[in-house]
Amino acid sequence: MPVNKQALDDLALTEREYEAIVERLGREPNDLELGLFGSLWSEHCGYQHSKPLLGMFTSDNPRLMVTPGAENAGVVDIGDGLAIVMKIESHNHPSAIEPYEGAATGVGGIVRDIFAMGARPIALLNSLRFGPLTEAKNRHLFEGVVAGISGYGNCIGVPDVGGEIQFGDSYSGNPLVNAMCVGILRHEDLRRATAGGVGNVLMLVGADTGRDGIHGASGLASRTFEDDRELRPTVQVGNPFLEKVLIEACLEAAQNEHVVGIQDLGAAGLTSASMEAAANSNSGLEMDVAKVPRRETGMTPYEVMLSESQERMLIVVHEGHEVEVASIFDRWDLRSDIIGHVTDDGNANILDDGQPSAYVPVALLTDAPLYRLNGVKPEWIDDLQSVDLSTIPLPSRSPESILKMLLATPNIASKEWVYQQYDHQVQTNTVIGPGGDAAVLRVKGTNKGIALTTDGNGRYCYLDPYVGGMMIVAEACRNLACVGAEPIALTDCLNFGNPEKPEIYYQLENCIRGLADASRAFDAPVISGNVSLYNESQGTGVYPTPVIGALGLMDDVSQRTGIGFQESGEVVVLLGQDSLQSVPNDLAGSEFLERVHDMVAGKPELDLSLEVRVQNACRRLVREGVINSAHDCSDGGLLVTLAESCISGGIGLAIQEPIPGRWDAAFFGERQSRIVISLPRTQMSHLSEMCAAENAPWCEIGTVGGDSLTAGTMLSVSIDTVKKAWKNGLETALRPAS
Amino acid sequence: MKFGIVVFPGTWSETDCHYAVTDALGQQAEYVWHRDTDLSRFDCVILPGGFSYGDYLRAGAIARFSPVMEAITEYVNTGGLVIGICNGFQVLCEAGLLPGVLMRNDHLQFRCQWVNLRVDNADTEFSRLAESGDVLKVPISHGEGNYFADAMTLAHLEANNQVVFRYCESDSTTSQPSNPNGSINNIAGIVNTRGNVLGMMPHPERCCEPLMGGEDGAVIFRSIIRSITSRSRPAATGVGDAC
Repeated sequence: MPVNKQALDDLALTEREYEAIVERLGREPNDLELGLFGSLWSEHCGYQHSKPLLGMFTSDNPRLMVTPGAENAGVVDIGDGLAIVMKIESHNHPSAIEPYEGAATGVGGIVRDIFAMGARPIALLNSLRFGPLTEAKNRHLFEGVVAGISGYGNCIGVPDVGGEIQFGDSYSGNPLVNAMCVGILRHEDLRRATAGGVGNVLMLVGADTGRDGIHGASGLASRTFEDDRELRPTVQVGNPFLEKVLIEACLEAAQNEHVVGIQDLGAAGLTSASMEAAANSNSGLEMDVAKVPRRETGMTPYEVMLSESQERMLIVVHEGHEVEVASIFDRWDLRSDIIGHVTDDGNANILDDGQPSAYVPVALLTDAPLYRLNGVKPEWIDDLQSVDLSTIPLPSRSPESILKMLLATPNIASKEWVYQQYDHQVQTNTVIGPGGDAAVLRVKGTNKGIALTTDGNGRYCYLDPYVGGMMIVAEACRNLACVGAEPIALTDCLNFGNPEKPEIYYQLENCIRGLADASRAFDAPVISGNVSLYNESQGTGVYPTPVIGALGLMDDVSQRTGIGFQESGEVVVLLGQDSLQSVPNDLAGSEFLERVHDMVAGKPELDLSLEVRVQNACRRLVREGVINSAHDCSDGGLLVTLAESCISGGIGLAIQEPIPGRWDAAFFGERQSRIVISLPRTQMSHLSEMCAAENAPWCEIGTVGGDSLTAGTMLSVSIDTVKKAWKNGLETALRPAS
Repeated sequence: MKFGIVVFPGTWSETDCHYAVTDALGQQAEYVWHRDTDLSRFDCVILPGGFSYGDYLRAGAIARFSPVMEAITEYVNTGGLVIGICNGFQVLCEAGLLPGVLMRNDHLQFRCQWVNLRVDNADTEFSRLAESGDVLKVPISHGEGNYFADAMTLAHLEANNQVVFRYCESDSTTSQPSNPNGSINNIAGIVNTRGNVLGMMPHPERCCEPLMGGEDGAVIFRSIIRSITSRSRPAATGVGDAC
């Protein structure tokens, strides 16, 4: 068969890759075989550009129960015979095309990855990026994505406990929709994506297979879509009810000793599920596509193998126990069909009603070519970093007006409009829900708690990919420290532009290096993740946006703290700095700089050693009951952080004057490694001792009380006023005056 | 005493209800599969929240045809206590065991938040440990909680004191802003005329322990336990009974 350019294009395979296939196979592949290669050699399944870089992550940690990246999700031991399973995954391109179903099926896919490991899904989080809400198209995408997450997540009974949302020009037309799922299991219930021994039976359960989502992995997720071709058929439609039933049935099946492996049918559908399971056990398989139940007539073997119809699972069962396992699915009114079995010859033998259709070594399919490219530092980085921020004028507006403006920007404003649409309490584990620094869940049957957060900051990574990468891990771990938890594992979603461009590759490589270095500093390994490249439209990449999902552990969930000031007379302390003295570069990459001066510039800085010491001190202060509140000082800077703690506690604060140095940098600079805490005056000696022991700087900045936020003669604003700005900001942005 | 907790495909509050009545309140509980038809061993049956059958067509519309619903009708007719929470309330209305319907929230969005509930009738099997006028803080989590009944049904409900809970402000006044879904007369929960079936949209099982942000929901389960205990008093003649 001569190479068909259209077929290669549909699969996003290059001619060079096609030649490699012919060479390794020793012949031309047929259409079906080419389809198998195309999907499995895609960036989405084969990690062609990212795999060589992911080796920078450390993978030796005593808590790890499976090798990172080798299974559907990562697994960490939390003691008491329990383990947490987690992963984050992107559904960016489907959500750009059809926001509701794109986001909904993103949730569905990540949840299947978790229960495929035998874990009960206990929490969802997400990280979202959109273009500015001033554009109708972006409002449509934002509202659609939120509705999709709500519609799917609420129906399956998994609480959506946290996340983050940011808006920026670079995401216009290419939103980022990253969904994270967390599950819990008893060690003995851990299941793997394996086909096991010869003769084992391959059972397909759940939905019938249709023509939806064909080429989702290769065509949609693994290239840009600057041209106008119709891509809607590559987006799938979700059925959350079926997913809920699948969760229950699969967890019941996982208890059966004759269930050897469980695999989600995600990107590249049956192809990746079956081939990865076979590859993991070095076996082969024989499968007859005619046995796959269809929702449409006339489907070709190619379509059946590449369909991405949702809510399907592949169950590998010991031969002779098919009926017993099928009865579990029967009880849940789920269809199960035997479609093949495991062989020992290492080949994928695909039949169509007994007729040979494809015959390829599994090892060839799963051994995608890897590309180690040479990144080139983008010219803009040096230019932007060298901007002297001391030359920008002090704002003509008052601190109060800037504070209210920042609190009302969609990036900082309350996200209640979003999370009140998500069930964040079902399963009755949610101790701290959305709106805090990190969500806290109890672990039933123990005194333990887990803390969860997602964080990302494209602006920092754009200005300095390496430092930005470190800062994201630092902030995620800081959020955990604020509630009193110790970081034990991370999951990452790497959202970047086209890696074949040297500048983008540079960003990718350096962000990963930053994430990896910080991950080691906090002793929190990256246990799973996902790579989403080719995020660009009209030829411009999105800001490099790695997103980190972090898991923290606390021995006693009753020792937690929230962000709100608690009572009149409390002392407010800034942890991480020994005075309010600031420097102009504290404004680097800040929300203030972009909103007030329309600038994204400066050189973000992070001292990892200081960060670790500050977090250790904060965690200790929470655990020993010294402090009443803790809030990470991040987007918007100190004054925004203080206002949020006032709003949350429903009480005012008077901070000292004078503010040394430039007030704009002191109030709105985003210097890292800082936490605002409050404590009774009687605890000050404990604070002092513990901070000295942890070598963490601190300074007293004010006293809680009254109903206003004041700073001497510089600022006096009622909490009601700032609360209104913060609470209504997002909804106001969604309803622009017409 | 023993609670039966009904599980339809798509139910998701069954484990929350189980945990609340067993771990938090020290009672026994057992799940009841939607195909089961024997409820004789239970002192009270809970129809929990969730999306039974995906709530496709209309919330609760398919679940009402499950075999267990015939058994529940029979159980109710013989005086058994049944509490339907969220989706359970929707199923009870669809099955005709409670009057009225639950429509989509008036703002067309799902809502998960804490609400204030005023106890309007503390003289029921489900609310006897509260006082009329008490305000309970309980979470809601639904997209279709907008209770509606025609004028005659509504007049009957009100005249008969069948409205047990109403959405209200923290000072117990009812208002439009305190109503999270547009339900008529701020109705959050009602009983049938006989008083042995309660349907409510809020989730009392989510707030039975301080760690979950409040324990006002326990009042409802404790009231049920008290009702059952006082019902069975004649059978347990005098043993340890000081009265």
